[in-house]
Amino acid sequence: MSSMDTTSASTQVQSAELAATLRFTGVGKRFDTGTEALAEVDLSVAPGEFVSVVGPSGCGKSTLLRLASGLSDPTAGRIELCSDRIAYVFQDPTLLPWRSALANVELVLELNSAPHRVPKAERRSMARRALETVGLAGFERQLPAHLSGGMRMRVSLARALVLDPDVFLFDEPFGALDEITRLRMQEELQRLVHTGSVSALFITHSVSEAVYLSNRVLVMSPRPGRMVAEVDVPFDYPRPAELRFDAAFGRIAAQVSAALTGAHQ
Amino acid sequence: MTQTRSSEVVSGDGRYSDHRHSRPLTRRKAASGRRLAGTVLPVVGTLVVFLGIWLAVSYLVLSPERREILVPPPQQVLTESILRWSHLRPMLRALLLDVQVSMIGLVIACVLGVLAAVVMSQSSWLERSLYPFAILLQVVPILAIVPLIGLWFNYGINGRVVVCVIIAIFPMIANTLFGIHSVDRGAHDLFTLNRATRWQRLIKLQLPGALPSMFAGLRISSGLSVIGALVGDFFFVQGQPGLGTLLSTYIARVQSADLFAAILLSSLYGVVVFALFTALSSLAVGSWYTAARGTRPGG
Repeated sequence: MSSMDTTSASTQVQSAELAATLRFTGVGKRFDTGTEALAEVDLSVAPGEFVSVVGPSGCGKSTLLRLASGLSDPTAGRIELCSDRIAYVFQDPTLLPWRSALANVELVLELNSAPHRVPKAERRSMARRALETVGLAGFERQLPAHLSGGMRMRVSLARALVLDPDVFLFDEPFGALDEITRLRMQEELQRLVHTGSVSALFITHSVSEAVYLSNRVLVMSPRPGRMVAEVDVPFDYPRPAELRFDAAFGRIAAQVSAALTGAHQ
Repeated sequence: MTQTRSSEVVSGDGRYSDHRHSRPLTRRKAASGRRLAGTVLPVVGTLVVFLGIWLAVSYLVLSPERREILVPPPQQVLTESILRWSHLRPMLRALLLDVQVSMIGLVIACVLGVLAAVVMSQSSWLERSLYPFAILLQVVPILAIVPLIGLWFNYGINGRVVVCVIIAIFPMIANTLFGIHSVDRGAHDLFTLNRATRWQRLIKLQLPGALPSMFAGLRISSGLSVIGALVGDFFFVQGQPGLGTLLSTYIARVQSADLFAAILLSSLYGVVVFALFTALSSLAVGSWYTAARGTRPGG
């Protein structure tokens, strides 16, 4: 899925109706406290598609991901996920502070390997390669406390990549990073993710981040969250950093922003 | 950690280069010298003040005939008890017994305490049924049941160890349980998403995560185990004498200088034990825990 134009993006949306990696049909979520977080959410992510969800804070974006991953169950509707190889990237890096960068990446292989065990040496070299991919070669032995915020997020990304997943779920992974680190992480993320047929659902509250990364941007309403707009982003991958200053990019971002403001009222 | 952040450099190929290990060694040495002075000086200062108050109470508050009995001055404790081998020898032998009792008791309290906490952490139902009884151990009028324990377990080392365990176990249970409960929710989600077994979750997440609290508990329990050993002695007048036994003898015979010496000796032992386990704690978890506290782990 390295290159894609407007027409193929739209045919893909149609084919998503047939074979979606992830599909929500009329999904609702009401917490035990009575709060209705999501109402009547429909969405689908096709194989190889990168979909972002933007919405005001507290609109149930994170709940959406928890439902998609199976961490919590919907109270209405249906969720279909056609893969058991999913990688979840949390808002915080969520590293174990007593494990080195390498050991943190290895962790998910140790846990997942229970049924068909990968030998320890192989786990180690897989983790090492994943750290290299995110530009952290040489930092394998460092504890998380000795890494910067950006580097910790890279370890977290490496931990997701090492599983070689079919589906990525991102929960505002760059929200806590400074602007410069954030932009660089976005550029690297699309380099890393758009290399195979992996799908991604990316939660963010940044319009430009959503447009820059995605094939399609979904806009959510305030609580209870539902999808109120859908904007296609026709640019080819890999996308250069300068794309953010392109007029066409600006028009799409404005379209998303307008939908977001409309959703607020 | 601002230093790490500011020296984060990415070269052309997108790799980080590391500038963090270039701090001059001499500065580090001077810093550790300052730190040593910073820990030792306040302690010495407090000690001097303490001795001053002791002297003042002995000489200014009390009349000469009462001074000998109530608060013998420090130099008298030194010359009449500590420096006399015939007085010091039984105390040291008694201390040796207490060291054995308190360390055996502490090890047992640790193992049982951690086990109990792990069992309770595995289901809220178990915790609700067992925790009240753990609290009971803490509030039981230990002085009242010590003689009973002597009857049940004999007056030798066994009975004393049991007293010691009862007194020292609660902080281990409470702190381990607290540590297990305060493991980050995100980390639990990570383990759930990766289909971790209950055992993997315990071994790879909950216990290592609880380690700092367990060591905090251990430090409190280590001090309590010394008290436990002495309380056991105090009431087990039979059997080999411990420091507690000697204390009660000295009180009965109004050997005030010896009494003060024995109190000092047992306090000194308590301080050594506490310092030992504090050092052990920072050795075991200091590398990631103190550093992580400064920056919020995974934040």
